[in-house]
Amino acid sequence: MFRLFALLCVTAALLAARPGPVAAQGTADAFALLASDNYADIEKGVVAVAASGDPAAEAVLTALADGRLSYRPADRALFVREKAGTLLDAATGRPVAEAPAGLKPVRLNNRVRRALEAALGTLTLMASDPARRLAAAEAIFKSRDAAALPMLARALAAEKDARVRRALEEARAAVQLATKDAAVSDRVAAVSLLEERGDREALALLSAAAADAAPAVALSARTAAAAVERRLALAAAVQDVWYGLSLGSVLLLAAIGLAITFGVMGIINMAHGEMVMLGAYVTFLVQEVCRTRAPGLFDWSLPVALPLAFLVAAGVGAAIERGVIRHLYGRPLETLLATWGISLILQQGVRSLFGPTNREVGAPSYMAGAFDLGGLSITYGRLWIVAFALAVFLGLLAVLRRTPFGLKMRAVTQNRRMAAAIGIRTPRVDTLAFALGSGIAGIAGVALSQIDNVSPNLGQSYIVDSFMVVVFGGVGNLWGTLVGALTLGVANKFLEPYAGAVLGKILLLVFLILFIQKRPRGLFALRGRAVEA
Amino acid sequence: MKTGMKQALAALAVAGGLALAGAPAEAQQDVIKVGVLHSLSGTMAISETTLKDVMLMLIEEQNKKGGVLGKKLQAVVVDPASNWPLFAEKARELLTKDKVAATFGCWTSVSRKSVLPVFEELNGILFYPVQYEGEESSRNIFYTGAAPNQQAIPAVDYLMQNEGVQRWVLEGTDYVYPRTTNKILEAYLKSKGVKDEDISVNYTPFGHSDWQTRVAAIKKFGSAGKKTAVVSTINGDANVPFYKELANQGVKATDIPVVAFSVGEEELAGIDTKPLVGHLAAWNYFQSVDNAANKDFIAKWKAFTRNDRRVTNDPMEAHVIGFQMWVKAVEKAGTTDPDKVIDALVGVSVPNLSGGYSTMMPNHHITKPVLIGEVQENGQFNIVSQTPGLVVGDEWSDYLEGSKDLISDWRAPLSCGNFNVKTGKCGGQGKS
Repeated sequence: MFRLFALLCVTAALLAARPGPVAAQGTADAFALLASDNYADIEKGVVAVAASGDPAAEAVLTALADGRLSYRPADRALFVREKAGTLLDAATGRPVAEAPAGLKPVRLNNRVRRALEAALGTLTLMASDPARRLAAAEAIFKSRDAAALPMLARALAAEKDARVRRALEEARAAVQLATKDAAVSDRVAAVSLLEERGDREALALLSAAAADAAPAVALSARTAAAAVERRLALAAAVQDVWYGLSLGSVLLLAAIGLAITFGVMGIINMAHGEMVMLGAYVTFLVQEVCRTRAPGLFDWSLPVALPLAFLVAAGVGAAIERGVIRHLYGRPLETLLATWGISLILQQGVRSLFGPTNREVGAPSYMAGAFDLGGLSITYGRLWIVAFALAVFLGLLAVLRRTPFGLKMRAVTQNRRMAAAIGIRTPRVDTLAFALGSGIAGIAGVALSQIDNVSPNLGQSYIVDSFMVVVFGGVGNLWGTLVGALTLGVANKFLEPYAGAVLGKILLLVFLILFIQKRPRGLFALRGRAVEA
Repeated sequence: MKTGMKQALAALAVAGGLALAGAPAEAQQDVIKVGVLHSLSGTMAISETTLKDVMLMLIEEQNKKGGVLGKKLQAVVVDPASNWPLFAEKARELLTKDKVAATFGCWTSVSRKSVLPVFEELNGILFYPVQYEGEESSRNIFYTGAAPNQQAIPAVDYLMQNEGVQRWVLEGTDYVYPRTTNKILEAYLKSKGVKDEDISVNYTPFGHSDWQTRVAAIKKFGSAGKKTAVVSTINGDANVPFYKELANQGVKATDIPVVAFSVGEEELAGIDTKPLVGHLAAWNYFQSVDNAANKDFIAKWKAFTRNDRRVTNDPMEAHVIGFQMWVKAVEKAGTTDPDKVIDALVGVSVPNLSGGYSTMMPNHHITKPVLIGEVQENGQFNIVSQTPGLVVGDEWSDYLEGSKDLISDWRAPLSCGNFNVKTGKCGGQGKS
């Protein structure tokens, strides 16, 4: 029963959204304004169409917003291309059998786009779907369009949903504050409503209203703005901590593979960044395949890319260890130079294969956008990366502590000869450990492809930071890497607003140098035989 | 130390590779050599490789038409590997060993500054195709990219007039082009009555990838109740994370538009542009320019690269203009002798791709239209504004102390790059 009703509602809405049969004369003039390549005319047309009260108005404006509206320059006739692909004559609402020649799209610029958002906001205030009504109220809140006031009043009278009601009231308050002709008492009430809202947009309105002609409004706006600002300052401090953790998690991801190859095995691996880059390119390839073969599975591209990136990077890592590094054990300078060379070869190889330009890696739907948490705006992408970094860290910790391979690896790094004496095949463990570190770098690349360029230079920007984190945290200690990464991230983000990004980074490096002077083995120094060896 | 060593290594590797591969078989009498000095490896390869390809295409095309002065053109491609001192070395090699008639190259200002003394010492000709900060004029360099008054100032004007912007964030990467451009813009905005507290200038390092704090700061700056815009001179790789963060934090072009001077079609190719619709860029050419010459060029480019998805951009057009100018000047002079060609170049006028003619002015800058475009969903630009006439490149900004009294005129009687009109002397303030 309910389903049937819903179906009916949807059908009704769809029918209503189709352009009406015959447009009135006023509408025809408004349509003619839209059929233009002059932005000022189009803007006027949007306002006129919205004001015409024509049933087709919403459909035409929605089409304009989606880029589905075109016109014939010869006689300024408007055409709507429906989502299904059929072309409708906007004036009559009837399908056109054959697409007329010389159709040009009606173009948008930011001014038209703003007018359009406001107009669509007013038109959809009475929509049946509460989400659309909410969006409409938000659009009016932003546009502060005085023409929307009567419509807002009607919508408020009819509104039952508490959230939408609140949004409508805020929108009305915004319009009343922005247009100076509302009554003083109304505007004072608007100020207190916006103070409760308390976000950046409310602050913008309140700061503007602080210069209001009516002293009562100006005074209350000023105190309200100050209160909002205080609250936002507090939120900003929390926000800085969050940004710091998020930057720290990126550092952790980049460095954690190095914590194995450099930290545990003692190999200065300059090609570490390139493993990260390979992981990012694997993500790109997986997404390319998704795009062409199975667009519906796009959201799964990252989970699919993770194991592949691990395998590819681990494979390349194993090959590097077998082919080059094993011949250079105990000669750190040669290792450094050789891995450097490898990093250049890998970079140029990728450049020749994929071209020097950036590759587009899209964000799956669950990683796009942001949500509000008590005045804090948290982006989903960053949240996922923080969670992912911690998961990788814990996973790696478990491998080292709880698996036979982890045990062998620790044995080899602590005392190679004794490990060999009890029958551990140390060369094999070396290869596997190096592959593990490289593979972890590869899956870090999957995550970093979401926030950085996927270009051959991707790895370069992380290599110095990674070494910094591992050395700071204490070589050979995973917990040190975790604490080191998060500390550096948070410190960086607290310095940045005051010192700027450039000076902030310099200060951090200076601090690090001083710290290493004081504690050459980093935050968490390993004690025991391994250190002396 | 680490990066220094890395670069040296890269340089060694590349130099070695070139020495093996680039040795010319024999010096032929009936060819004219053209140098192409663009990084094909290292960080700048992302931008410069395309320009190398465009030069190869233009030279091939000219050869099909019979070359220049009855001789075939031969491209000499070298790779300075995004390494500034290596640019100077390679430039010297092109001029002394290969004896090229003209060189097309460089992208960053620091690479141009690095080769400038070489071209002046050995009397070569360099065509520089990228928008830059001005404050320079050399007899041996022809600037086919935009000077600040051909890009930055019209963009700011557009935002002031059409969007009613009153508050400005000048966001740049920390090096010479953004710093000088922002200095000019600050002086210009103040001359238009913008107050100090309505301008916020900020710099970030090369390749900055964590933009959370900056985007939050921009949002905060924008919540003062006045219309706010961001003028971005952010360079290269830092742009992608910047735009991604803008999109994630929900900064829309209808609220706080960002106008960029270093973001073109090529840079957008690496980003999902849906959340960026409406953000702006100012250039002298867009791929979306609608005329026959441009369509023809795009078709040729796609055929040459055998890739249907390759895009064109502004510095490419600058090379197209520069190359045509050079060909015309050589034909006018009847020789490739640098002194004669340099003299012949001034006043040469060739069609550009945005539907007009560009002329080489006596200050070695060219006339161009200025276009403002808004990013569209398909990664192209929708041109929303175009200057009615052509704008002459102004090398010495009128808005900076110490440079506003300077003019440059390389024609015979004056022949000076920094003539001070107040003192009436050549070599006034400012660097040549």
